[in-house]
Amino acid sequence: MKGLQIVVLGSIVPDPLQTLEPIAGPTGPALKNELMLPAVLDPWAGHALYEAASLAKKVEGKVYLVALGPKAKLQQVMMNVAQKVPFEIVVLDGPAGGFADATETAKALAGAVEKIPGLDKSKLLVFGGWQSASRGTGAVLQMVGEMLGITDQFQGVDELVLAEDGSFTVLERIEGGCYQKSACQGAPALLGWATGNLPEPPNNPQVGMQNMRLIMPALAKATPSPLKGEGLRYASVEVPSQRRDTRIVKDAPVDDIARELADWIRA
Amino acid sequence: MKVLFLAHSEADGSLGKAACEALTAAKGLGGELMVGLYGAEVQKAADQIAGCGAAKFYGVAGGEFATARYGSDASACEAMAKAAGADMIVMPSTSRASRVAAGVAQRLGAAVDTRLTGLEAADGKIVATRWFYRQRMLGKIERDARPWLVTVDSGCFAACEAAGSAAVEMLNVAPATRTTVTGVIAPAADAQTIRPDAKLLLVAGAGWGKTQPDGQKHLDDASSLILSLLAATQCSLGSSKSLVDQSGEGAALPFLTHMHQVGQTGSTPRHQKGLATCCHGEEPHVVGWRFIGERRAINLDAGCGWAQGKADVLYVADAFAVAKKLAELLK
Ligand SMILES: Cc1cc2nc3c(=O)[nH]c(=O)nc-3n(C[C@H](O)[C@H](O)[C@H](O)COP(=O)(O)OP(=O)(O)OC[C@H]3O[C@@H](n4cnc5c(N)ncnc54)[C@H](O)[C@@H]3O)c2cc1C
Repeated sequence: MKGLQIVVLGSIVPDPLQTLEPIAGPTGPALKNELMLPAVLDPWAGHALYEAASLAKKVEGKVYLVALGPKAKLQQVMMNVAQKVPFEIVVLDGPAGGFADATETAKALAGAVEKIPGLDKSKLLVFGGWQSASRGTGAVLQMVGEMLGITDQFQGVDELVLAEDGSFTVLERIEGGCYQKSACQGAPALLGWATGNLPEPPNNPQVGMQNMRLIMPALAKATPSPLKGEGLRYASVEVPSQRRDTRIVKDAPVDDIARELADWIRA
Repeated sequence: MKVLFLAHSEADGSLGKAACEALTAAKGLGGELMVGLYGAEVQKAADQIAGCGAAKFYGVAGGEFATARYGSDASACEAMAKAAGADMIVMPSTSRASRVAAGVAQRLGAAVDTRLTGLEAADGKIVATRWFYRQRMLGKIERDARPWLVTVDSGCFAACEAAGSAAVEMLNVAPATRTTVTGVIAPAADAQTIRPDAKLLLVAGAGWGKTQPDGQKHLDDASSLILSLLAATQCSLGSSKSLVDQSGEGAALPFLTHMHQVGQTGSTPRHQKGLATCCHGEEPHVVGWRFIGERRAINLDAGCGWAQGKADVLYVADAFAVAKKLAELLK
């Protein structure tokens, strides 16, 4: 199957190593110093992007990254992501945080996908992370799929194997460490990726330079996409206090520790 | 207010525990309760909850609906939700229900919130509780929109038990799909290390693969010690990202995959007890442990800042020595 169009939906999240604190913003909850926090590409969306690039290479396909997020932050993160794999970006300038409504996010993204010049749904695979590290609903992709009329959808995907004729098999995570295996006749389809199988690609400055040539103009003509959060109210958002009184056992003989643990496990 | 509880039956025709818990959440909303069930067969599942107080049972059944597949499951849920005309729709957060819930909401023009850990009706308002930023913050949400479709996490409500015999109105649904489910791949018998029903979660951290005080790495010992603890306790095995990544590169424990990873980009399993070994990071101790009741940790480093304040007990000791003795005691 030549000429696949792989559209990856993904945005940015605060670096997981940062301490996050909620505050009340003008339109609902937000993160303290949200625009100052270092950000990264949402990890599962990142896996989706690397899988997309690897697949595109095999089938002479093209990868688009459609990202809804604050433009300035997206630009920072793209300086790094652009060095990984070739893609063309479509930017929607709006909130990427965990408190934005999933349905409104999906509408904005689906609208942007529809507008990609030369989009051919018979060759379209929509990729993304099966959950974001911000809102974590796993809802956006499914809704985008519905809006685009794609009813062959897969979530928690760790493997996609494409055949010559464009059909493919896919492994989805299910309970108990198992995978469900499915066969699909081909595009259009939507896949929410878990970790996949590929390591993060090393930085390639040449790819970075090529990408940035398209990324800068795309950022300049980003579509403003404020999300209203209509009819959605947050009664409260808090970091639950969860400090435990830790008993520290030091200089105790191994046998005593093992016995204490065994009793505790058996209890 | 009309409330629809929507769930799939299991392979044996019964209703799973997570679904029975979601039913309790739906009942708790008050209002007129209806039930919608889909799967290869649904009568056994309906009978299991016949006395739950539902005014009506809908069903979609047949070979087409035996397995989790987006096209067929979404069509089944859509048909039952449309027949019920409910204001609130409650589904469990099983992997099968989760993969269609938002798509179904989109078909119904419904608002959607997933993975709730609380759902309450008070003073004519419905308040949903869920975690944000990978279980770091807890938020309470209200919505004006109806219908409102939600999925609730397992382990947050008591399972509803109400056996009897139910009259189910079966709906005919012709799913549109180009997908065939061809099977389930279970982990190899000797790698049976993820057990959602286990009482204990053992978290293995990168320390198992590090150079030890004798100046050597002891990966073979680490492997066999961890496996012997698993064999002795039938516990679930989780791991930090650092250790999983090393395993992928062939440098650490051969039986670890990303499926074991807990934390931001891993899972946040629910277990009664958790034992973290050789972990330093916030991820295994805070995010991965979010839904662990009693927590203990073993680390050589007394200053392990993440265990302090997060674990009930921190043993400052060599995990190799403790694990060896512990496995013997538990055999
Ligand atoms: C985008 C992103 C996403 C991430 N997602 C995750 C995630 O989902 N899950 C996750 O876990 N991490 C995640 N991380 C990584 C995370 O930040 C930490 O790097 C990681 O959790 C640290 O793993 P560790 O605690 O196992 O290892 P280390 O920090 O290396 O700690 C090893 C510990 O082992 C102890 N030790 C060594 N030998 C012994 C012994 N013999 N006995 C007892 N103790 C011993 C040491 O004292 C040390 O405390 C993520 C990072 C990024 C950037």
